Amino acid sequence: MENIIQIKNLTFDYIRESDEGSETIHAIRDVSLDIPEGSFTAIIGRNGSGKSTLAKNLNGLLLPTGGKILVNGWDTADEAHIWDVRQTAGMVFQNPDNQLVASIVEDDVAFGPENLGVPPKEIRERVDEVLKSVDMYPFRTKSPHLLSGGQKQRVAIAGVLAMEPRCIIFDEPTAMLDPQGRQEVMRIIRRLHEEGKTVILITHFMDEAAQADRIVIMDDGRVIADGTPGEIFADEETLRRIRLDVPLAVDMAHRLREYGIPVPADIITQEKLVEYICQYK
Amino acid sequence: MSIQVRNLSYVYNAGMPDEQKALDNVSFEVYNGQIASIIGHTGSGKSTLVQHLNGLLKPSEGTIIVGGTDITEAGVAMREIRQKVGLVFQYPEYQLFEETVAADVAFGPKNLGLDEMEINDRVREALSLVGLDVDEVGERSPFDLSGGQKRRVAIAGIIAMRPQVLILDEPTAGLDPGAHREIIDMIRKVHEKEENIVIFVSHNMDDVAALSDKVLVMDRGQLMMSGTPQEIFHQRERLANAGLDIPSAAKLMMQLRKSGCEVPVDALTREDAAKELAAYLQGKSRKC
Repeated sequence: MENIIQIKNLTFDYIRESDEGSETIHAIRDVSLDIPEGSFTAIIGRNGSGKSTLAKNLNGLLLPTGGKILVNGWDTADEAHIWDVRQTAGMVFQNPDNQLVASIVEDDVAFGPENLGVPPKEIRERVDEVLKSVDMYPFRTKSPHLLSGGQKQRVAIAGVLAMEPRCIIFDEPTAMLDPQGRQEVMRIIRRLHEEGKTVILITHFMDEAAQADRIVIMDDGRVIADGTPGEIFADEETLRRIRLDVPLAVDMAHRLREYGIPVPADIITQEKLVEYICQYK
Repeated sequence: MSIQVRNLSYVYNAGMPDEQKALDNVSFEVYNGQIASIIGHTGSGKSTLVQHLNGLLKPSEGTIIVGGTDITEAGVAMREIRQKVGLVFQYPEYQLFEETVAADVAFGPKNLGLDEMEINDRVREALSLVGLDVDEVGERSPFDLSGGQKRRVAIAGIIAMRPQVLILDEPTAGLDPGAHREIIDMIRKVHEKEENIVIFVSHNMDDVAALSDKVLVMDRGQLMMSGTPQEIFHQRERLANAGLDIPSAAKLMMQLRKSGCEVPVDALTREDAAKELAAYLQGKSRKC
């Protein structure tokens, strides 16, 4: 499959000013990754590991200090193609309140295509289509401030979809939502992936990361692991060392082993754990 | 010491077309030495409720008695309420503003009119309770700290007022898993040391089950039910109707039951679930 995003030896430094003078922070240190079109990649890591800085580099919100990023072949540092880059790779942030600009849902979703100069008739069609795809069509004439967090976030996703990106980067999209809002947003993310969009999901929730087909762990600006959810969650020691959680099944299997129950190491999902325990019934 | 909420009601925009009852006849009490949690769907009235408990909102009806004083009465000074009830808002790190960590934590005690020595003692103690060392971070800018550390500084600022009732509104929201665990351990430690009442709002049912002596369930402005975690989390259907979940370990046990394993389903924490599963599996293998 073709790589829609290629990250080549990316480094990103910034200067932090404080009373003791300024210091250079190496937020990203030599990261190389290829993101195949249509894939679903989760990026996990503790706060300050460089996940969000990486995400902001992917669509040119930040530009590399060293190395380069190609989005559909365009270098993000090439000013002539910055709008092509942003239209190809859209971004959804943590706080939905910061992403909504208009006082009516459908106006908000139309904001992006209007700025692209899309003809009005086509804008109407796109807005209706994307609102339906995030299950927010019935709310199209409502004011965003009357919506729940999960609904607002879905409107923000619709606003990005209206630009018809091939890849969407989600930067902790569920961090500020309640459990129901989280489920709503994850359902939409899975659906977009099934429809062929390339999805990059940055999250602190291991059960969300487990739904991706690839997990990348970042720590201290580096990629320290890259594999399938099965491979990543089997390496419990690494996850504990960098103070991330393991999914429930991995944790329970670990606890059962301490009681002397020989749970096999490849049991990392709840379904597998239930299957294992029920063979004794 | 106790906090007693009696027949509390609050109406937004009373008399207007968009009048809305945010709290509807809520009554409960929490006693000394207890940790209580408030759970409920977004918009169920949780945050409105906690804002009443420290006098930020005045009820349309009802009373709140903290250690014998009715804090809803007109004559009660705000300073007196703040000393009794400390409220840590959601994302409290956004409210840090001083140049140094020590100055930020000292802000509340200063406003209580305490002398310099007492303030310094309290700053040191509050920071140590949240797991930070005043000699290490006291003179640093709070904005140079990590997300989890910033939040702990903000919580220290409330603890330094030594409230008899400490309320935390979604204290772990948005934190990474490591910082999440630190905050939960910190709440337990502060509660043990200060012997205060802790009330926290949470969406995380694992934390609710692990920490609470009492769970208060809010739904559409009403207190739908209250009781021990055992009592509350066994009412799965009523919780589901209010849009609420059960702890992850309890969910696993339910799934095992549905798949035909006769495991006991009263475990709420991972520790208890593992113990019961181990006993179940060891019992089975002996029979074979």
